[in-house]
Amino acid sequence: MATLLDKVWDLHTVRRLPTGQTQLFIGLHLIHEVTTPQAFAMLRERGLTPAFPDRIFGTMDHIIPTSSLRRPARDPVAEEMIATLEANCREHHIPLFGLGDAHQGIVHVIGPELGLTQPGMTIACGDSHTSTHGAFGALAFGIGTSQVRDVLASQCLAMDKPKLRRVRFAGTMGSGVTAKDLALSMIRQLGVNGGVGFAYEYAGDAVTRMTMDERMTLCNLSIEGGARMGYVNPDDTTFAFLRGREHAPKGDAWERAVAWWRRMASDATAPADDDRVIDVDRIGPVVTWGTNPGQSVAVDEPIPDPRSLPPGEREAALEALQFMGFDAGEAVKGRRVDVAFIGSCTNARLSDLRAAASLVRGQRVARHVRGLVVPGSREVQHAAEAEGLDEVFKAAGFEWREPGCSLCLGMNDDKLSGAQTCASSSNRNFRGRQGSPTGRTLLMSPAMVAAAAVAGEVVDVRSVVPRGGAVQ
Amino acid sequence: MSASRILSVSGRALPLVGDDIDTDRIMPARHLRAITFDGLEQHLFGDDRAHAAREGRTHPVDDARFAGASLMVVNRNFGCGSSREHAPQGIVRWGIRGIIGESFSEIFFGNAVMLGLPAVTASPADVAALQAEIERDPQTVVRLDLESMRATSGTLDIAVHLPAAARDALITGRWDGLGLLLQDFDQVRAFAAKLPYLRDFA
Repeated sequence: MATLLDKVWDLHTVRRLPTGQTQLFIGLHLIHEVTTPQAFAMLRERGLTPAFPDRIFGTMDHIIPTSSLRRPARDPVAEEMIATLEANCREHHIPLFGLGDAHQGIVHVIGPELGLTQPGMTIACGDSHTSTHGAFGALAFGIGTSQVRDVLASQCLAMDKPKLRRVRFAGTMGSGVTAKDLALSMIRQLGVNGGVGFAYEYAGDAVTRMTMDERMTLCNLSIEGGARMGYVNPDDTTFAFLRGREHAPKGDAWERAVAWWRRMASDATAPADDDRVIDVDRIGPVVTWGTNPGQSVAVDEPIPDPRSLPPGEREAALEALQFMGFDAGEAVKGRRVDVAFIGSCTNARLSDLRAAASLVRGQRVARHVRGLVVPGSREVQHAAEAEGLDEVFKAAGFEWREPGCSLCLGMNDDKLSGAQTCASSSNRNFRGRQGSPTGRTLLMSPAMVAAAAVAGEVVDVRSVVPRGGAVQ
Repeated sequence: MSASRILSVSGRALPLVGDDIDTDRIMPARHLRAITFDGLEQHLFGDDRAHAAREGRTHPVDDARFAGASLMVVNRNFGCGSSREHAPQGIVRWGIRGIIGESFSEIFFGNAVMLGLPAVTASPADVAALQAEIERDPQTVVRLDLESMRATSGTLDIAVHLPAAARDALITGRWDGLGLLLQDFDQVRAFAAKLPYLRDFA
């Protein structure tokens, strides 16, 4: 009787360190251009080289331009960071999916796409949204740059085992409701710090029925609820997604892998340290009104009066309302938006782009709105183009970009300016997150972003009748 | 490489009031545009400081009364959000040697310990009392003692907490733990060779 957390943790425990921590072997280390240059420099200072270069894969996503693949990049700092990762990977024989490569993309999109991400693995990356890979039944978590150094040098980390909280999503997702809405509802209920010290195991009918893209969105947002990792037990949906992918096992090895993956799932009767139930039937499309991902409401619900909140949350809510330019009791629905961003590791996979496209087909982005679609990877971009989604977006007035993180964190030229309001399919509405210190972010699902782009203001996606296809 | 033992931190302190202060606020992403951590101290809370200045307020980091502080006193879930080590790097480079708070995000906490920066927790009431005392008298010296796990300041003497492994790593000077991970590395290679996904179906 053990959980997936127990099984995968035990399997990767090399030894107990004198500090009492676990020396945990990392099965897959993903790296990108922004959190690794200092780690490679530290390695060099100590005369070390990567211990398992064939378990490390690199890509570029954070600072790269999404407007052009031209080299050298017009931004000299971006060029320096790109060139540094290229040199480090070349020197240490680390496979790299660089700018223009057919497999380049946001690190949490390409790992699963390539079949690198597999059940039963430990996965680390210098990015907090590494929790995304938990969708496959892996223990996947973000690390800092000194820890990137440790994994490069030893393929191990010194870690404390988290406790397990099982979050059961009971019920059925209604029309216009997505995994993003479930995740944001959960964070509102359990708190942005509710998951500190826990790994989240997502269970329940609603999760079992989810596609892998939806599970990735759910696991991606674990960290926004304070949980460093979140996972879904692997099942036939997981295996069907992985079959045939470039790095997935083939032939007889595939059968052996599936048999082993099944055994890594939590045993039916294995208890968790804590259990929560989320009532999915009550969840509608969600939008954030504040400056952390827990400050959200259903789109048809008024923003709470800070005086109605627990004492510890009032002050922050007042500050957030002021920053966002909202009044207590006001609705987010009807808020004018200046920018609509469809992208990020949370919601830039093919199914996200399809859902958004179904709402803009034959429509125009409102005159005052700047719309951006930034595919999560080159593969997503090509698949979308093969379906003509790029033409749908461009005809509606959206910019169709090269893959990258882009306006999720504003490290390249894609930024908000001044106090613009952005309807965003990304993951963080922190102050300054989208590149303008006074910019305002409203988090929502990609379909909700698309509907807001067309209407020029936040609308309830359920009230919009898509032309040429149902909302997915 | 051996690191130094960190048994205590003493000095004046900087109160930074507020819950859920994320690493985007501590170190806005545009300051991650570099291949070194050099100079990050200049950008610590950069946007918040500019915002306060526009409103005619002084952010604690810019407040002359707290200049040269060695400790920072924060509230709940400090350092949430992005895993960027640039946040604790900026804090350390600014001169902070210890943080006392109600709670920390896990990634921030881990990054801090790896830099030899103790991030200890105390009860919300004790944190509030400490912040009030520093506000009242910014010259007051706070002493964070990792051996007794107490923080003292003026009339205050409060209990602080730190997970045993982190405390042990700091007080024995093993907070830079890479050396431990590399010990008997043949064992690690032998271990990896037995992992099912590397052995049976790679």
